[in-house]
Amino acid sequence: MKRNDSIRVWTGNDACAEGAIAAGVNFFAGYPITPASEISEVLARRLPEEGRTFVQMEDEIASLSSVVGASFTGMKAMTATSGPGFSLMQENLGFAIEAEIPCVIVDVQRVGPASGVATHPSQGDIMQARWGTHGDHPIIALAPYSVRETYDLTIRAVNLAEKYRSPVLLLSDAVIGHMSENMVVPASDEIEIINRTKPKVSPEEYKPYLAVGGEVPPMASYGDGYIWHTTGIIHDETGFPCTSNPNMIDFQVRRLHDKIAFNRDDIVTVDMRQMDDAEIAVVAMGSVARSAVKAVKMARDRGIKAGLIRLVTIWPFPDEEIIQYTSQLKAFVVPELNLGQIQGQLRQTVEGRTKIVGVNRIDSKLITPEQILESIQNEVKA
Amino acid sequence: MSAAKIPDISKYLTRLPHIWCSGCGNGIVVGAMLRSLEKLNLEQSQVAVVSGIGCSGRAGTYLNLCGFQPTHGRALAFATGVKLGNPKLHVIVLAGDGDTLSIGGNHFIHACRRNIDVTLVLFNNSSYGMTGGQHAPTTPEGYKTTTTPYGNIDGNFDAVDLAKSSGATYIARSTIYHASQLSDLIAKGISHKGFSVIEAMTICPTQYGRMNKLGGAVEMMETLRKDAVSAKKAAGMDTDALKEKLLTGELYVKEGATEYTEAVQNVIAKAQKRRAQ
Repeated sequence: MKRNDSIRVWTGNDACAEGAIAAGVNFFAGYPITPASEISEVLARRLPEEGRTFVQMEDEIASLSSVVGASFTGMKAMTATSGPGFSLMQENLGFAIEAEIPCVIVDVQRVGPASGVATHPSQGDIMQARWGTHGDHPIIALAPYSVRETYDLTIRAVNLAEKYRSPVLLLSDAVIGHMSENMVVPASDEIEIINRTKPKVSPEEYKPYLAVGGEVPPMASYGDGYIWHTTGIIHDETGFPCTSNPNMIDFQVRRLHDKIAFNRDDIVTVDMRQMDDAEIAVVAMGSVARSAVKAVKMARDRGIKAGLIRLVTIWPFPDEEIIQYTSQLKAFVVPELNLGQIQGQLRQTVEGRTKIVGVNRIDSKLITPEQILESIQNEVKA
Repeated sequence: MSAAKIPDISKYLTRLPHIWCSGCGNGIVVGAMLRSLEKLNLEQSQVAVVSGIGCSGRAGTYLNLCGFQPTHGRALAFATGVKLGNPKLHVIVLAGDGDTLSIGGNHFIHACRRNIDVTLVLFNNSSYGMTGGQHAPTTPEGYKTTTTPYGNIDGNFDAVDLAKSSGATYIARSTIYHASQLSDLIAKGISHKGFSVIEAMTICPTQYGRMNKLGGAVEMMETLRKDAVSAKKAAGMDTDALKEKLLTGELYVKEGATEYTEAVQNVIAKAQKRRAQ
C-alpha cells in the first residue's frame, strides 16, 4: 500500500502550530504556560525553518504587545496562552479591537479561577473571551473540537482576523490541546488564505478608519509609504483622537460593532447534526462536544429524537441559527466545563421560549456521554 | 547655534496646538527628537513612533509620522514587534518615566537585554503629570507629590544605571536646557545599532515644581543647567563634588554587540541550514 505522506499524528497544540504556518503566520510571540506551551515550542522550531519570526517575550502582556506591533508592519501575527495569560492580555486585546489590528490569540483553556488546575480542561474563559476587556466591544471567538479542526480553525482565525481587521480568539482546551489524533494535512492549494485589504488610494488620500456600516477599512503597513497614526483613544477616520465630539465617538464605537454584526453570517459556523426532527438539542462546544456526539448517538439508539448543535463560532453567538429550533424542541441540554456560561447566553437568545438544562462540571474532569444522556432522558420524561 | 542652522521640522508636525501646560518641557524634547530626524535625513515614511500613555505619550499625536499610542507601559514591547516585523524601520519610543520605569519596568529591562535596535527617548519629569502629579519611581526621596504629601519614602531608580545593568548598548542623558545636545544624542541613538536609551530630563512646573517649591519653568530650567555636568568634565571631578549632579552626554556606548533582529535572522539561517541537511 502506498504510504500517505499527508497523514500525521498530531496533538491539538501541534495542529494549531502547523495550522498557523499553513495560514501564513509569520510572527509569533509567546510566554510559557501550561497547557499551551507546546504551541510555542513547535513554532520556535518551525517558524525559523520557514524563514519567519518566533520570539519568547517577558510575559503575556509583552507577547500580545509585540504581536500587535508586528501586525502594524503587515505581519500575520499570533500568540498562544491559557487562562492566567489570557487575563493579562485583556487590556492589549482591547487596544487591538479599538485600533483594528489583525491578530490571533489562542487560549488553551484550563481550570480556573486563578492558577486553578493547570493541566486539566475547562471552558471557563467563554465569558472572559466575550467581555474580558473593558468597554463595549465586539469579538470573534472559535472553538475546535478535534485535532483536525484545531488546524482548520487556526487557519480560519487568521483569515478572519485579516478580513475583518480584528483580533480573533481560538478557544481550545487542555484536552483538545494535548490529545493526539491522526489527521490528513490538506495540500496547500486546498487551503483558503485571506490577506488584509491594502489601501487603493494614494498615501496623501489615505484615512485608516474610513468606513461605514459593515465595511472594513483598508490597512496600510508601516514602511509601505503610507504615513498613518492611531491610538487606543477613541479616534475618527484619520486615527486621531475625537474625544470632544460625542457624535463621532458614538459613530466610531458603533462602527466597530457593525463591522462584525453586519458580517456575522460569514463569521458564524454551527455544526448541526440530526436536528431536523430533534425534540432535544444538545448545545456543546470544544472537548465537551465529543461527549455530546456520543450522547446523541446513544439517545437515538434508544429511540429518542436528540440532535446536536455544535458551536464552532462562539462569538458572535449563533443566535439566529439556534432560534429556528425553539418551537420544535422540548429542551436544550447544555453540557459545559463551567457553571453555565453558554447556558446564560442561550437563555438570553431563547428568551424563555424553550426549557434549558445545564450539565456542568468544574472538578477538572470531563463530562461523560452518560451524564449528557441522563439529562436527555430526563427531559424526554419531563 | 544661529537660527539659520536650526533644521526646519515643520513637515513632521501636525494637529497643533498641543495640550501641554505652559512651561512644560515636553515640546523641547519633541523638537530635539524631530531635529535629529532632520539631521539624519531619514525618509519620513520609514520612521515609526510608538508612544507611551501620559503627557509625553501624547507627543505622537502631533507627529506626521507612522506611529501609535498603545496601552500604558507597553510601548517598548509593541515597538519590539514593530521592529521585528519590519527591521528596516527606524523605531522610536517616546514615553515618560512612570510609564517606562514603573508599569513598563519589565519591558524596559527586557528591551535592554535583547539589544533590539529601537531608540527610547525617556521623558523624565520625576512624576506622573497627566494624572495630577503623583510620585513615580524617579521621584527622589523626601519630595512631595499628590500621593506623597508627607514626602516620598520610596527609593528612586536611576534609568541610566538600570539600562546599563540590563544590557542597553547606547545610553545618554541630557536636559531640556541643553536642547541642542539632546538632539545630537538622540541622533546618535538612532544611528546606533542596538537598543538606545536617551534620558531627557524635563520639568513639570504645574505639578511637581509647584508642590516642591522649585520655582517656575525658568527657575526649573536654570536648576537643570546648574545640576548638569558633562560626562567628560565629570571624569576629572571627585565624587563628593558630583553628588546631587546630573551626568549628561554619552554615558555608555558598546559597539559590536549582536542586535536582536540580526540575531533572529541568524536563527532563521541556522534553522534553514539544518533543514536542508
